[in-house]
Amino acid sequence: MSTITREQTRPHIDQRQVLGSSAMRPDGIPKVTGDFAFSSDLSSEHMLWGATLRSPHPYARIVNIDLSAAWKISGVETIITAQDVPGKSTYGLISSDQPVFAQDIVRYMGEPIAAVAADHPETCRRALAAIQITYEILTPLVDPEMAILETTSPIHPDGNIIRQQRINCGDPTATGPYVVEGTYVIGMQDQAFLGLEAALAIPDSGGHGVELFVATQWLHEDQSQIAACLNLPKQNIRLTLSGVGGAFGAREDISLQVHCCLLALRTGRPVKMQYGREESFFGHVHRHPASIWMRHHADTEGNIVKIEARMIFDGGAYASTSPAVLINGITHAQGPYACSNAIVEGYAVRTNNPPCGAMRGFGVVQACFAHEGQMDKLAALISISPIEIRLRNAMKTGDKLITGQVVHSVAPVERCIRETDAIPLPEPLEDNPDLLSIPGGSGRTAQRSHILRGIGWGVAIKNLMYSEGFDDYATARCTLSNGIVSLKFATAEVGQGFVTLAQQIARSVLGVDDVVLEPISTSIGSAGSTSASRQTWMSGGAIDGACRLVRERLFEHVGRRHGIDPICLVIDGTDVLDTVGLSRFSVAEESQGIVIDQTFEHHHQPTEELDENGQGNCHVAFAFVAHRVVVDVDPELGLVKVIQVATAQDVGRVLNPLAAIGQIEGGIVQGLGLAVMEEIILDHGKVLNPSFTDYLLPTSLDAPDVVAIMIEEPEPQAPLGAKGIGEPPCISVTPAIVAAIRAATGTDLWRVPVRPQDICLRS
Amino acid sequence: MTPANESYHLNVNGDKHQVRDAWVGESLLFVLRERLGMPGTKGACEQGECGSCTVIMDGAAVCSCLVMAATAQDAVIITVEGLGRDDALSEVQQAFISQGAVQCGFCTPGLIVAVTHLLDNNPLPSELEVKEAISGNICRCTGYSRIFAAVRSAALARQVDAQ
Amino acid sequence: MTVIMPTTLTEALVALKSMPEAVIVAGGTDLMVEINFNRRRLNNVIGLRSIKSLSHWSVSPDGISLTIGSGLPYAAMEQGTIAELVPALAQAARTVGSPQIRAVATLGGNLGTCSPAGDGLPVLSALDAVIHLQSSSGKRDVIFHDFMVGVKRNSRAENELITGVTVPVLAGWQGYAKVGVRNAMVIAVASACLVIDTTSSSVRIALGAVGPTIIRCRDTENWFASRHDISSVTPVGAILAKEFGQRAAVEARPIDDHRSTADYRRHAIGILASRLLQQAYPA
Repeated sequence: MSTITREQTRPHIDQRQVLGSSAMRPDGIPKVTGDFAFSSDLSSEHMLWGATLRSPHPYARIVNIDLSAAWKISGVETIITAQDVPGKSTYGLISSDQPVFAQDIVRYMGEPIAAVAADHPETCRRALAAIQITYEILTPLVDPEMAILETTSPIHPDGNIIRQQRINCGDPTATGPYVVEGTYVIGMQDQAFLGLEAALAIPDSGGHGVELFVATQWLHEDQSQIAACLNLPKQNIRLTLSGVGGAFGAREDISLQVHCCLLALRTGRPVKMQYGREESFFGHVHRHPASIWMRHHADTEGNIVKIEARMIFDGGAYASTSPAVLINGITHAQGPYACSNAIVEGYAVRTNNPPCGAMRGFGVVQACFAHEGQMDKLAALISISPIEIRLRNAMKTGDKLITGQVVHSVAPVERCIRETDAIPLPEPLEDNPDLLSIPGGSGRTAQRSHILRGIGWGVAIKNLMYSEGFDDYATARCTLSNGIVSLKFATAEVGQGFVTLAQQIARSVLGVDDVVLEPISTSIGSAGSTSASRQTWMSGGAIDGACRLVRERLFEHVGRRHGIDPICLVIDGTDVLDTVGLSRFSVAEESQGIVIDQTFEHHHQPTEELDENGQGNCHVAFAFVAHRVVVDVDPELGLVKVIQVATAQDVGRVLNPLAAIGQIEGGIVQGLGLAVMEEIILDHGKVLNPSFTDYLLPTSLDAPDVVAIMIEEPEPQAPLGAKGIGEPPCISVTPAIVAAIRAATGTDLWRVPVRPQDICLRS
Repeated sequence: MTPANESYHLNVNGDKHQVRDAWVGESLLFVLRERLGMPGTKGACEQGECGSCTVIMDGAAVCSCLVMAATAQDAVIITVEGLGRDDALSEVQQAFISQGAVQCGFCTPGLIVAVTHLLDNNPLPSELEVKEAISGNICRCTGYSRIFAAVRSAALARQVDAQ
Repeated sequence: MTVIMPTTLTEALVALKSMPEAVIVAGGTDLMVEINFNRRRLNNVIGLRSIKSLSHWSVSPDGISLTIGSGLPYAAMEQGTIAELVPALAQAARTVGSPQIRAVATLGGNLGTCSPAGDGLPVLSALDAVIHLQSSSGKRDVIFHDFMVGVKRNSRAENELITGVTVPVLAGWQGYAKVGVRNAMVIAVASACLVIDTTSSSVRIALGAVGPTIIRCRDTENWFASRHDISSVTPVGAILAKEFGQRAAVEARPIDDHRSTADYRRHAIGILASRLLQQAYPA
């Protein structure tokens, strides 16, 4: 019986875990043994528990708050409400419009009103139950179309239209012989990370600062927003990233951060807050539901002449990132297709529905569902295949977008489609399949004869990094000493594997195998958010830059010691190689007794805001992907099983094959969730399904076979040649699944998620 | 904390632990994590719909969030902390790392327990048997393919080890 | 406030007599959700997990019935003798929650909770199962449809424990089918159990999640018995099967909720009933 020791699972010197290898995660071992500390696993001596009281109503005036009964409960240490917020009473990522605690009015179901700190979670629950609030219930504004009307009274001082933006491009009168139009509806998806919101706040002894251990996507943004609400200098709020159990956009906004710090400062004791699953559904933003009308004009060959679109995103009660989501939506209305003329009108509106913000795909998921539906309609109208219509219109490098921006990125759209098409289709369903493997699964609802198969396509373009003139950067520090590299950065590791990549970069650039990662915290400059498919490019670029600066110093040091011109030196394996004299010096030995320390800030090329016609170089770069989906459908019951997803994705360069395939497969299953099961269901602003019993996530029996090809055409703009790969997988797979269901059943389906009744009870 | 008058013992990973002053409704998950200092078992749904809190109780893989801790007094409980051997990773743990089945890692402890339980009872499961056995363990990051690969790899490694 | 873990049924009944308001917990998979979601606070609890006799099962000496202890977990019904004798129960068992749920969830718990979506219940209804109840003062048996009286309501008295269930071992086809919006681990949107008893020439169909209780489609059963030789192997054609489904659907009383619509549920019942019948009488 042989066992593998933990020591043996460390990288082997003979298999250097450099860029391009499937290097192992540095957090892999603690994650499989249960030793890895997620934010919910933290604790501290004399710790209190914090909990939040939330509104049960989507829209109501707060007439009175009576805390007296709650204060009497033994074990309750403090209770705070809006009047206890010492600084700014609101926060927000783009506009500061969301109250830390609702004061006079609640604008969505689940809005925080008070928080308590007590000795046990159950004491907290009892205290919350004892708080008496008198509400005057108001009629909620829940229809985004109503929010646009000037006659509708505003539900927030900032008004009901969060942002409105048009794109006018080319000739507005252009038309073609073929015209297709449709309205597409996207339901509200939840990120549903598994690791619930949690944080531990430890107050400074003087009460003038706090240390916060938290699961977040952007430490420095949290720091700024917390400091403003606490009325404390930023440097007094010190954040350290604790283990993050997935994010997908839901940790970009403030959730419990301010409350937790306030409770800790108020009590002078460490306070831990941890949401349950139900509270999590109310505690973070969701993917915007959207309604999109599109009309495409095409010539006789199917080439797109003009697109027209009207896109409405329901931002819910507070702005969050709605303005940016809107811009992503409208600027991606054309999809990965060339188009010279466009009229696009977009709105992000405020309603009394739950606030919506960032989720993987960020506005492009919604746009893609619409433009891909249009492509299928166009193909059907002119009687060509879904592949052919997409090939004819495929965008290329150098094409001009409807914003006037020229695509400088590598744009292998045609190659994505062709390579996806070349992936073999799955075997036909066998004659006597195990019922677990057909639609209905363990429910045994169908026999082989009830099942139809369909194939559908989806192709997507996705912008990378932040847009519209945002000064987006990432910071990293690299220290080389005694053969060991130490890296410091504030990049949130949320599961994607940036920590692995950081080590790979350092090993490749510096020829050192032992790379230590310092705690991820605000004690270095910002890395920006772990979102927008940006960290490989941005923080990867920062680490690469810092390591290169260290390498320069190392070469100078080696050059001085051995009398070699540093310009002749390169890293070869774990050695410094003199390319002229061919002598070799081990990096480990050469760095003994010295400390080389360099910090680097990586900025991407600047972008611009859009003008009133929606024109401007607002995005940095783009990535592309194609999906071909095979589904089995039980048309009589409307049940679906996704059998295979074939995909070819434009990744620039593969830096870690295992991590890359993990992003692709994981994103596809999230897109599958949106296609056929995931939706937060609302009734007049009330959430009806805030639990995993009723918000359904794909299980292992819902997961398709994924066959993925990564197209490597290094991106010249990108520091490592690699594009971000996190978002594209979840974008066009959703319309492809729906197209496959349409193909199998002949049913018109223009809404996601597709519900069984949409397939079998179409009236 | 009031009222809190329950006191009982739990047998976890071969050790007897006393639980004092517990509230009656506390789940086994809560007691393991917050009272016994074993946070390896994770909670993500509190209703048996995600499997993150899977432990082995009297030989069965169960959701510890749905076990009232005070009713588990006479049960033999094994958590993820009890699965490694001394300082070595088990085949299942090793396979999860090498096959890329770990991303955020939150579902991982529950899956390690569920897969260990599966392979203990069915050393060479078919693909569908694997999918059914872990259909109660939600993973939001990986899309499951790497997890299936890890189960295959672990099953194979166990076969090799057994020879 | 206390937790009592009796090891015998007698101990449990004595405890229940002394604190009839106590919450009874078997597998805990329903109760703990309510506690975890702060929907319920506990006082006294009687846990049944340590009463070994409740998880026994046995076939009657004449082989015509099977008695299953209320504490037997669903996992034990998925295969083996129980699955051979009552295949519909095994099929229903395999759709209960997840493997982890099935490892502890029990028929007794399903009966105690009495949710119309409880997966075991349509099978018990279709089999005209007898529910065994016991208190410190005696025993009584209740047939399933007298036991479940409403949504999460049953006729168990406060001082009674559900000790077991007896179902007939029948000759004839039986099957259970359940619609959910996911291929595993899902609460029923609609479910149906069809049982053919060739000995008594009867057909029984029971519906789950489409009414306040499990619905036995008596009209449909009688109609079919008048149209088809139940004990024969004569295939049921598509037209007859479809009408069977439509009639069952008429007997359903579904509602709209966040899991589905009444229209879909009724439609799904029609399809499930029709398909089950065609499986029972294949071409």
